Amino acid sequence: MSGQKKEFPITWGMVIDIDKCTGCGACMASCQTENNVEPQREASNKLRATSWMLVYELTNDKAFPNHDIAYLPRPCQQCGNPPCVSVCPVIATDKNENGGIVSQVYPRCIGCRYCVAACPYHVRYFGWYDPIWPEGMDKTLSPMTSVRPRGVVEKCTFCHHRWTQAKDAARVAGKDPENLDDGAYVTSCVQNCPSGALAFGDIKNPKHKVHELVKSPYAFRLLERLGTETQVYYISRREWVRKLGDNYLKSE
Amino acid sequence: MSIIEIEKTWYPEGVERCSLGKFMKWLGVLGVVALYGFFAMLVCFAYGLGVTGLDNYFGFGLWITFDLAVIALGAGAFFTGLLRYIIRIDELKNIINLTVIKGFICYSGAMLILSLDVGQPIRSWFGYWHPNVHSMLTEVIFCITCYLMVLIIEYVPLVLEQKQINKIPFLHNLAHQMHVVMPLFAGIGAFLSTFHQGSLGGMYGVMFARPYAFRDGFFIWPWTFFLFVLSAIASGPCMTVLICGFMEKVTGRKLTTYRVKSLMCKIGGTMLLIYTVFKYLDTWAWINDILPRAGLTFDQMFYGLIYGKWLFFCELVLCLIVPVICLLTPLRKKPFFMYTGAILACAGVVINRYVFTVQALAQPVLPFTKWEMYAPNWAEWATSLMVIAYGFIIMSLSYRYLPIFPQEVGLNKK
Repeated sequence: MSGQKKEFPITWGMVIDIDKCTGCGACMASCQTENNVEPQREASNKLRATSWMLVYELTNDKAFPNHDIAYLPRPCQQCGNPPCVSVCPVIATDKNENGGIVSQVYPRCIGCRYCVAACPYHVRYFGWYDPIWPEGMDKTLSPMTSVRPRGVVEKCTFCHHRWTQAKDAARVAGKDPENLDDGAYVTSCVQNCPSGALAFGDIKNPKHKVHELVKSPYAFRLLERLGTETQVYYISRREWVRKLGDNYLKSE
Repeated sequence: MSIIEIEKTWYPEGVERCSLGKFMKWLGVLGVVALYGFFAMLVCFAYGLGVTGLDNYFGFGLWITFDLAVIALGAGAFFTGLLRYIIRIDELKNIINLTVIKGFICYSGAMLILSLDVGQPIRSWFGYWHPNVHSMLTEVIFCITCYLMVLIIEYVPLVLEQKQINKIPFLHNLAHQMHVVMPLFAGIGAFLSTFHQGSLGGMYGVMFARPYAFRDGFFIWPWTFFLFVLSAIASGPCMTVLICGFMEKVTGRKLTTYRVKSLMCKIGGTMLLIYTVFKYLDTWAWINDILPRAGLTFDQMFYGLIYGKWLFFCELVLCLIVPVICLLTPLRKKPFFMYTGAILACAGVVINRYVFTVQALAQPVLPFTKWEMYAPNWAEWATSLMVIAYGFIIMSLSYRYLPIFPQEVGLNKK
């Protein structure tokens, strides 16, 4: 009943080293700017605010001196077996393109929010109001990403437009656009992370750094036992952090 | 002839109705509620769903709960139609018209709410134009819209039987011919309705990353598919009886015999018993298989007062075992037990739809997130009340002018 993992020759993936993340939020800010996320009118209401990339604070719930915290940046997990895709009644979201990025087609979306309900990672955001850029702020709009009308669902696309640009650049340089160099295509959050906690590339391409990173003994994915087969990996050398990546019974 | 006299000629043959003034006051009160809801609806359309209490955590809330509940309670229409026209339980002819009107109200009301609930209502037709055949919601869109058409086809001959309209030979013949083909529509209705009741359950059961709602199943259908069908056909007939009883209280007239109501409750109770058996099996499998597989325990599915276990026990004991006893034993002969059983059966279905809609989303799947609260705001309540007021208005008009109850004249002879 839970579907099958979709395989593609290119599998774009992100590896996030939680131990390197300082929780500065540069990834969130750069994502919002890059992707024309509207200025938030209810930013204090975290259940209404839109943040395709969201940094969670994790704690081991222990008292000093054993207290420890960690920060977990959460983009769309681009599941290999996405819970959101099969439920969409109008195929406004799909996983059907090489690269394995879960698409979101804004002009197709009817705003039923079934995908929002199906996603356990809370990566999907609904347009509650008409997007408005106050006068002057419209100059921050990027021409590379479409703005969304109200009433549709939006989410992280791994800065898909950057992939298109990288392929164009490769063609101009006489290179193979289907075999990009490591770093030729990175998302804006990865590019702007000051501590180098985020890495991005083709998980299946041995020339890409992430190909090795995902094999780390400290690597894990969120909610693996649900069978979502995400394309975002996390690394932490701290066991309590890794344990927070999934639910476990006391006996496990 | 005065308006009051003319209006009296519109009543069904041989019945009494309250004065026009009283009726207009009643409609006026309902109209105010409906207008308030209509205002809320316009606000939602004008400013977007930001005016509601919904958020990115609770994409589904009161509206979806309301839709699922009224669609389940409206299931009396298709199921009674099936029993009356296909299985030919003749006695149900005395209540079938009421179930048709109830079904029409429930489904058209649900459609109204759905058109509000989607962020882009103008794109609703995409469900037909770009259908995702793997989505349970696509099936829901297909079946609900088609079934509403069936209900309209079933409702039209009732309207045509209105005393004055029926005097027009063409409309009289049309009504007659429509009655002749009604078993066909009852069959289509039963098919469509079974599927979308199921798909509504399937919608939750397929959410494999939401352990609260996810269920294994048979072929492409999760168990919730079958459970939703069963709970709908159990509560639907009970709801019809409750409406009938309520109408008798309000009008002070006997509309059907106790025997007919008792038969409907017996049918509902029987279905409820079957549902209870499967619901218990399903719950057992959920606790012992689905949840441990996801690394979760039964206790983790509940939190605080709002999401507490009391709701679970209300649904599975108070609203299943108790109504089964009330409806399937000789206790049913006493109105108190029959109506209590029917109310509990309906309440159980509403709780079921609520927990699958709201609690399933509130339960934090990521270990580092926490339970969140959802409270519907005025816009959601007002629009939901609008649909209820709309239902009352349709039912009041139908009762006043259409020959819904074949037994009414005989039962009220002085």
